Amino acid sequence: MIKIENLSKTFHTADGSVEALKNVSLDIADGDIFGIIGMSGAGKSTLVRCINLLERPDEGTVTIDGVDLGELNKKQLRFLRREVTMIFQGFHLLMQRPCLKNVCFPLELAGYSRQDAQKRAKELLETVGLLDKANAYPSQLSGGQQQRVAIARALATNPKVLLCDEATSALDPTTTNSILELIQEINQKTGITVVVITHQMSVVEKICRHVAILDGGEVAEQGEVTEVFSHPRSEAAKRLVYPESDAPDVSGVSGRLIRIVFNGAEAANTPIIARMASERGIAASIVYASTKSIGGKAYGQMLLALPDKDNVVTAAIGFLTEIKGIIAEEVNGVD
Amino acid sequence: MALTEFFHELLAPDKVDEAWLIIQSQFPTAIWETLYVTVLSTLVAILIGLPLGVLLVTGEKKGILPLPAWLMQTLNVIINLLRSVPFLILMIMVFPLTRAIVGTVVGTEATVVPLVIAAFPFVARLTESSLREVNPNLIEMAQSMGASPLQIITKVMLPESVPSLLSNATIAITTVLGYSAMSGILGGGGLGKIAINYGYYRYKDLIMIAAVILLIVLVQLFQSVGTRLAVHSDKRLK
Repeated sequence: MIKIENLSKTFHTADGSVEALKNVSLDIADGDIFGIIGMSGAGKSTLVRCINLLERPDEGTVTIDGVDLGELNKKQLRFLRREVTMIFQGFHLLMQRPCLKNVCFPLELAGYSRQDAQKRAKELLETVGLLDKANAYPSQLSGGQQQRVAIARALATNPKVLLCDEATSALDPTTTNSILELIQEINQKTGITVVVITHQMSVVEKICRHVAILDGGEVAEQGEVTEVFSHPRSEAAKRLVYPESDAPDVSGVSGRLIRIVFNGAEAANTPIIARMASERGIAASIVYASTKSIGGKAYGQMLLALPDKDNVVTAAIGFLTEIKGIIAEEVNGVD
Repeated sequence: MALTEFFHELLAPDKVDEAWLIIQSQFPTAIWETLYVTVLSTLVAILIGLPLGVLLVTGEKKGILPLPAWLMQTLNVIINLLRSVPFLILMIMVFPLTRAIVGTVVGTEATVVPLVIAAFPFVARLTESSLREVNPNLIEMAQSMGASPLQIITKVMLPESVPSLLSNATIAITTVLGYSAMSGILGGGGLGKIAINYGYYRYKDLIMIAAVILLIVLVQLFQSVGTRLAVHSDKRLK
């Protein structure tokens, strides 16, 4: 259990001071995949660096399994960092070492013998599907492969917590998906707690169970992903949920509104609106839509306007929720 | 036709014969002395300069092992001071030290002392610049995995900058080679001494030219071996 309480951090630069974190409090349960999302400059990276004390907060405490990190001395902190490891946006592999040796790196730091380290590193490379690249250098690998090696490295010391700092932001959508699936798989297999820092709502939708939205160094909203995503309350949440523009203007729309959330639905090739019209005789008009197809699956959401009849709305919601990966619900405007 | 006359005189048969004799008798030792002094001095300079260069980077206020500001300033001043003294003057200035260490101020061994003192601050600066090229994100990564400062130096900073360190070592060794030739004027041995003694003092231009050509060849040799090693060691390029 990671308990973040009243965390504040201010950076003093020549141009004045920046409040990166303002009184942030979060609880992250063991085994959870917890997303921290926000625009750039929202304080996400600073927050995640407070969880392994790469950054020291000015105020507040971070407690992991009852241990207050602020109380640790340098040596204890180095031990903690074997339990709380990190992957990065830029992968940060050692370029002059082959992959196997990169995975060995944290084991060397921890004082493993060469044989033990290599044995463990091979197991991990197998887990991430890159055993055949053990002797290749990072520059010979694609971005996605490099991130896999970085994940293997981060898992080497059997950590309790994996911090992902924009780990997929430098990757294309397909690779992003496969990396996220890998993280999810590892979470399910080992029960490792994962903290995901991202600016992409799609990442949170895909793997996170809980999410905190960070805005200007403050937690604007937090809760279960499905809850926050389908009922964004704060301005910051709405900006993230409707990335293209501000929340859609529905003042001029007559009739009833339903929101469809595509959460990896097999719908990219299914004309759901057309089917709803032909099979159920429901004519819906699209008020707002922001969806994209990743690996043949649809992500994003849509607002549909329906005639003002209870049975039509119920039928439409019934039809839509039957499709896997779609959440549909009636909304009163976008608030 | 002045040029033709010049070559005619330079390459007169008796002069060529005389030069050939001197080359055969003197050059093997001279080449050995030059190589010996250059390599030994560079090695000792690296032994002192490399750790110093590491300190210049890690000891900074925001470095991984911050040292007191006064210590860093003193280090920087000493390095800058030594680097600003012209080599021949430095050689004279360290005569007492040379005598204390080697027992004499002339000869091949004696030149090692001023060469090391001239080269180690240079090596320290070269090391500093190599280490500053290391991606700071890698250092953060190592810290995030619980690396101690010493582990960061030995497992990240130095290994990641090997190609750059090798190119800079090449620059260092060619510079020391140049200094060692210069030392010939103040009693140092090697090709520099021959060029000065025969060419300058006794007007035997052929000997001087031959010595200079050999120095050029040596520099080329060091440079091409060094460049090849540096490129070969860099795993980023493949």
